[in-house]
Amino acid sequence: MSGPGSLEALLAAREVVVFCGSGGVGKTSVAAAAAVTAAARLGGRVLVLTIDPAKRLADALGLEAVGNVERKVSLEGYRGLGVEPRGELYAAMLDTKRSWDELVMRHAPDEATAYRILDNRLYHNVTSRFVQSHDYIAMERLYDLHASGNYDLIVVDTPPTRNAIDFLEAPARMSEFFGGRLLRWLTMPYRISGGRGARLINVASRPFYNLADRVLGSQFLQDIAEFFLNFQSMYGGFVERAGAVEELLHDRRTTFAVVTTLEGAPLREAESFCAELTSRSFHLGALVLNKTLPDYLLSDDSDRAASALERASDDLAAELAASGDPALAHPALADPAQTARVLRTLGDSFRDYEVVARREAELQAELARLPEVVVRVPTFDHDITDVVGLAEVGECLFAHAGTLHPSA
Amino acid sequence: MGPAPDLLDRRLLFFTGKGGVGKSTVTAATALLAAERGKRVLLVEVDGKGNLTALFEHAPVGFEPRRIHPGVSAMQMDTEASLREYLRVQARVPVIGRIGPLARAFDFVANAAPGVKEILTIGKVCWELRESLEGRAPWDLIVVDAAATGHVVSQLDAPRAIQDLVHVGPVREQTDWMVELLDDPALTALNIVTAPEEMPVNETIDLVARARRDLTVPLGAVIVNRVLPELFTHADEATFEALRTPDAVAVLERTAGAGATAVLDAARLAVSLRRSRSPHLTRLREEVDLDLLLVPYLFVRDHGLRVTRMVAEALGQELG
Repeated sequence: MSGPGSLEALLAAREVVVFCGSGGVGKTSVAAAAAVTAAARLGGRVLVLTIDPAKRLADALGLEAVGNVERKVSLEGYRGLGVEPRGELYAAMLDTKRSWDELVMRHAPDEATAYRILDNRLYHNVTSRFVQSHDYIAMERLYDLHASGNYDLIVVDTPPTRNAIDFLEAPARMSEFFGGRLLRWLTMPYRISGGRGARLINVASRPFYNLADRVLGSQFLQDIAEFFLNFQSMYGGFVERAGAVEELLHDRRTTFAVVTTLEGAPLREAESFCAELTSRSFHLGALVLNKTLPDYLLSDDSDRAASALERASDDLAAELAASGDPALAHPALADPAQTARVLRTLGDSFRDYEVVARREAELQAELARLPEVVVRVPTFDHDITDVVGLAEVGECLFAHAGTLHPSA
Repeated sequence: MGPAPDLLDRRLLFFTGKGGVGKSTVTAATALLAAERGKRVLLVEVDGKGNLTALFEHAPVGFEPRRIHPGVSAMQMDTEASLREYLRVQARVPVIGRIGPLARAFDFVANAAPGVKEILTIGKVCWELRESLEGRAPWDLIVVDAAATGHVVSQLDAPRAIQDLVHVGPVREQTDWMVELLDDPALTALNIVTAPEEMPVNETIDLVARARRDLTVPLGAVIVNRVLPELFTHADEATFEALRTPDAVAVLERTAGAGATAVLDAARLAVSLRRSRSPHLTRLREEVDLDLLLVPYLFVRDHGLRVTRMVAEALGQELG
């Protein structure tokens, strides 16, 4: 069950598992399921840090209240599966705004500066829209939780990004942002003149200001510069911290799991993400193929049966209607025309899903670079809304590696 | 002001949606449908992944619109190119031979300052619309594959956000006419692509509320993509259940072989998948009062133009 190539072994060996993938592939559910199952089966204290869970999933994890508080989640649901939970599960949701505020309070040189930053009308925009802001704060929060030493395993769900690699670069970009020559260059005229005018001092940045004045108006630019100036006072603390965050992501105790569906676009993104992780020397631990169709759609037996049911629909319908012993005959099979129609629909529908299953199998076969652990999670015909549902998914995640090419 | 015209008779259609619902496919299909109905269409890719043109089996395009299909031209948004064009054409700033050294500084400010990237994106789109309205650009319809649900409000709200922040200067003057075009229901509509699943439906309901509160851009339609077919009528379903009883299965297996069970299982899965999605569709109907256009799930093997065309046909039927 838990051979070296299993997700179970991976989760047992690591302290941080970061789940990533493009939007809509079920990343949040998979991360939560992995955490639930790790807590139940491996034991210890497991935390799932989630970003934007569906309402019902959030409810299931006891996360209805926003805030950076970690909450204990009942694993009662696991007993229904005949498993006595060994460990404890905690869940936390990322509150980007509050995390940023805390960060400012921590790194600002004094309280007055901190409040000047928090009150700045650009602050909200910078923290909520700066492209890497959510990514950075997620990694920063992870660092904090890991450093607390409260958890044996932390499972992280990453924010939906346009580009899945954004958050890998987030710490480096944040260092660049605060430490960069660019920021000093931009704010130079304001530093020298105490925040007012006198831009001619900086010859290098003059063309930029000329341009910016024409486009944006000078007051606006001055607001920006003053804001950056305040922000820059946090430079030292921030850069040091971003370095530590980066180190944690590269640490031997951290691994990444890429989640995807077997559809063209998400799969392409997952592949490029696997390649990026490897080339940046992050540990690529697992690939999770989520919402896959069942293997029986690919079997020759089923295919033949679908054809036979269509071809012989009238004969079968007649046979089922007459069905020897009238006591056994089902009233819903009494009308041969209706039964024949249903049999043909069965064949049609099978063929529809068979096409999709074949497409999935082809895409899976084309996968080039694979981590040691590749897990298939079947599509569920019900929504995952509680710990029991998560446990079902988790059991698939833990089941076994292999069955990579089920059609063979 | 009379009732808003049919969707395709407007001049500027934005499409947003949660990741993974098929926003780009629906956007491309709308462009194709309009072109097939005789319109000259400009398809704008905003979110920079560069694979929108693949839906027409065409290589990626740049900032300059290029014809990728009869009746459809496409361009990829590039905020720096947009700035350059703006400076050249409208602000008449002469320096712009080499923006290169300033590009990083610009990128930096654009990332951090509210609305700069957005205004350059929306500005370019509005510019193309104004040029078309005044007969200087050929587009009957501009179709924009816009930002995902989480970001589309700030994207479309950029002109007004800039008005709040920038009180003087050329940008301020430029935003007035943009807001006018964007707010006109005879010209513009924001459409939301979704799927009958929990998160996409939640985001759609949230976005409609948020757009009504924070935006003056008129809402168009909600396109529900990947709607699974209803396999059986009520009576048929009773028959289907009867076919799954052991006696009936034995009869089926005698003729069709051991695979008959799998065929029944596959149908069971199809019915359950449809059923688990239908409450989300119902919720969408109840909570959103916009037109819903349903696009069926496509059981096909390939990608590319053929799929785009199938979605366009489905949209065409829904639009009438």
